[in-house]
Amino acid sequence: MPDTTSQPVLELRGVSKRFGAVQALTGVDLAVHAGEVVALVGDNGAGKSTLVKAIAGVNQPDEGDIVWEGTPVGIKGPHDAQKLGIATVYQDLALADNLDVVGNLFLGSEIRRAGILDEIAMEGRSRELLQTLSIRIPSVRIPVASLSGGQRQTVAIARSLIGDPKVVLLDEPTAALGVEQTAQVLDLVERLRDRNLGVILISHNMVDVMAVADTVAVLRLGRNNGFFDGHHTNEQEIISAITGATDNAVTRRAARHPEGQE
Amino acid sequence: MSQDPNSGGTRGDRGDEGGRIPPPVPTGAGDYSGEDRPAPAGGGSVSDKVEELLAAGATPAEATAQAAKATGESKDVVREIVETMVPAAGSAADPRLLQRQSGVGGYWNEFMRRVKGGELGSLPVIVALAIIWIVFWRLNSTFLSAQNLSNLSQQIVGTGMIALGVVFVLLLGEIDLSVGSVSGLAAAVFAVTSVNHGVNQWLALILALATGTATGFVHGFFFARIGVPAFVVTLAGNLAWNGLMLKVLGATGTVNLPNNGIVSKLYTTIYGQQAAGYGAAAIAVVLYALVALYGRLRRQRAGVPAQPIGEIAARVILLAIVAFGVAYVFNQYKGLPLAPLIFLIFIVVGDFILRRTVYGRRIFAVGGSIEAARRAGISVPFIRITVFMICGLMSAVGGMFLAGQIESASQTSGSGNLLMNAIAAAVIGGTSLFGGRGKTWSALLGALVIGSIQSGMNIQGLANSIQFMVTGAVLLAAVVIDSVARRTQKASGRV
Repeated sequence: MPDTTSQPVLELRGVSKRFGAVQALTGVDLAVHAGEVVALVGDNGAGKSTLVKAIAGVNQPDEGDIVWEGTPVGIKGPHDAQKLGIATVYQDLALADNLDVVGNLFLGSEIRRAGILDEIAMEGRSRELLQTLSIRIPSVRIPVASLSGGQRQTVAIARSLIGDPKVVLLDEPTAALGVEQTAQVLDLVERLRDRNLGVILISHNMVDVMAVADTVAVLRLGRNNGFFDGHHTNEQEIISAITGATDNAVTRRAARHPEGQE
Repeated sequence: MSQDPNSGGTRGDRGDEGGRIPPPVPTGAGDYSGEDRPAPAGGGSVSDKVEELLAAGATPAEATAQAAKATGESKDVVREIVETMVPAAGSAADPRLLQRQSGVGGYWNEFMRRVKGGELGSLPVIVALAIIWIVFWRLNSTFLSAQNLSNLSQQIVGTGMIALGVVFVLLLGEIDLSVGSVSGLAAAVFAVTSVNHGVNQWLALILALATGTATGFVHGFFFARIGVPAFVVTLAGNLAWNGLMLKVLGATGTVNLPNNGIVSKLYTTIYGQQAAGYGAAAIAVVLYALVALYGRLRRQRAGVPAQPIGEIAARVILLAIVAFGVAYVFNQYKGLPLAPLIFLIFIVVGDFILRRTVYGRRIFAVGGSIEAARRAGISVPFIRITVFMICGLMSAVGGMFLAGQIESASQTSGSGNLLMNAIAAAVIGGTSLFGGRGKTWSALLGALVIGSIQSGMNIQGLANSIQFMVTGAVLLAAVVIDSVARRTQKASGRV
């Protein structure tokens, strides 16, 4: 279990974002601790992608703070996010099919030796990284194009770890995967947690979420709609929060009068 | 991790968190069963030590070094033991991966598998070249004479240099249709400044090359920054630079280059000494062998798989046969010509840039997936603009050679089918039109094919009409092979 009493690595406080006439996010809070898997769930249009883009630096929030290890930071672009130690794995993996696994892992942060690519060091580190993550790949020297969907996903996740990030954002990592590959990716998520990384996992798949999440953060219509302890909740509860089944006159009244709950 | 479905015949899982038990691993295709693994000589205590080290979380390389130190066993022996305990290739090798069997048969099988999978590489062009040479040699044996081959090697340099630039652009999946005009413009700039205005030849040369690079910058800027398709930008450039060339040449139209000038010397310089040709070949072979051996040594030290020594030897021997064969042919005629030597150096440097530098890696990345490149923090416009500049520069270099060949720059410089020949050479040589796959050696091989067809047809006294048709057919065949290979690769999951 992650130590959730300590300071979060990444914290969002009251983040709002407006696109024209649409209020995509309203006062959203979110906190990720080291060694914690936070699942971010919500229906389509709940604002998950907008929130992820704000963290990854693609969009800037209109209001609210992004707090990194206790200090408010401005994330002006993807580069800023990467520099802080936030790695993002998007749903479309964006791997260069014609490059081999090593080439893809180190793309953009190649190891050089006297200005020349140090293939040997990169290959060594790739093998080490893949080994510690127990990723099964036929060879680190085959083009990514010849890998299966699950393997590509694991390569994409491994790629995000090259810069030694502290928080990894995974956008729907299991969406296109089969049963076995999904299990492998979930294993990988747990290994990231074991390495004391903060993981934000976006998923529509409740089974996956329940399997790995320490905290489940639900977004609904651009607002926080509850945080649940992943170990002491059930699917029913989360689905109610996602769909808003709990959002009716009765619960609203209960919220206004907390002492009258239950 | 899942249970290994086939642990008897594979390298097995790395074991789960708890007891890290080294999985039973076969030492070869032999039928042995789990327990009674034949321990290598003196293996007992060493393998215990290795096991201990690995269980303590040491990497294979560390385990090898430490176990060797602790037991006094030689590193090679220890490494073998470590390898049986640690599965290769980024940990647990995929059980479905086809492993290359040892020996010549293994190479042959892998080769056939690659061919079936559409990874043809330079194979089609080498086969085509062999067929073309045999056909023309059967028609007229002077085709393969030392004199003709020597001349051929010089004739292809101009087109080949331009094709080298085109290879870079094709790697991005783009095309440059202005290379002919740019080469003519560069030749005109050189001729007019050095001959008509008496500028120092070297300065004129730099000016000409800078002109070519500048045209590339213009193309790249409009393509990468403004977003005009490269096809259109360079087509416009083709016309505009041709106009500029005519303007530069002025009323006279033709400027003859002195035959002792630096550009003319590109073709007149031939190192007649026998030693020159063989020496160049020897330097190439020795350098290759040293680089390969040094790479193998470093890989072994780092504990990553290295080329087997036999493979290196085979490659060195093959290179030696080719290099000394070419040197022998040159020496049979006048000796080692300068132009093809420079061409080879350009190809090797280009190959080095593409495969060994960060910049080259990024060219491939942009050619493979623009989105992946962008997300990796690569400046796509920078890569695009500089690649077009390289293409412009190489067009200018090619233009110098073409001007040196005829010792003049004229209104017809860079016109005719030069553009098509240069692009065709790059494609015939095996660089994909679809981007992301190719080598600088394509320029040499493709230029050789086109040059051979022209040379053979000239010997036969055939008209241009037939030459064009044959070259066109070969180009079509090359693109067909490229397209089919790409489709096959998709079917077999490669690119």
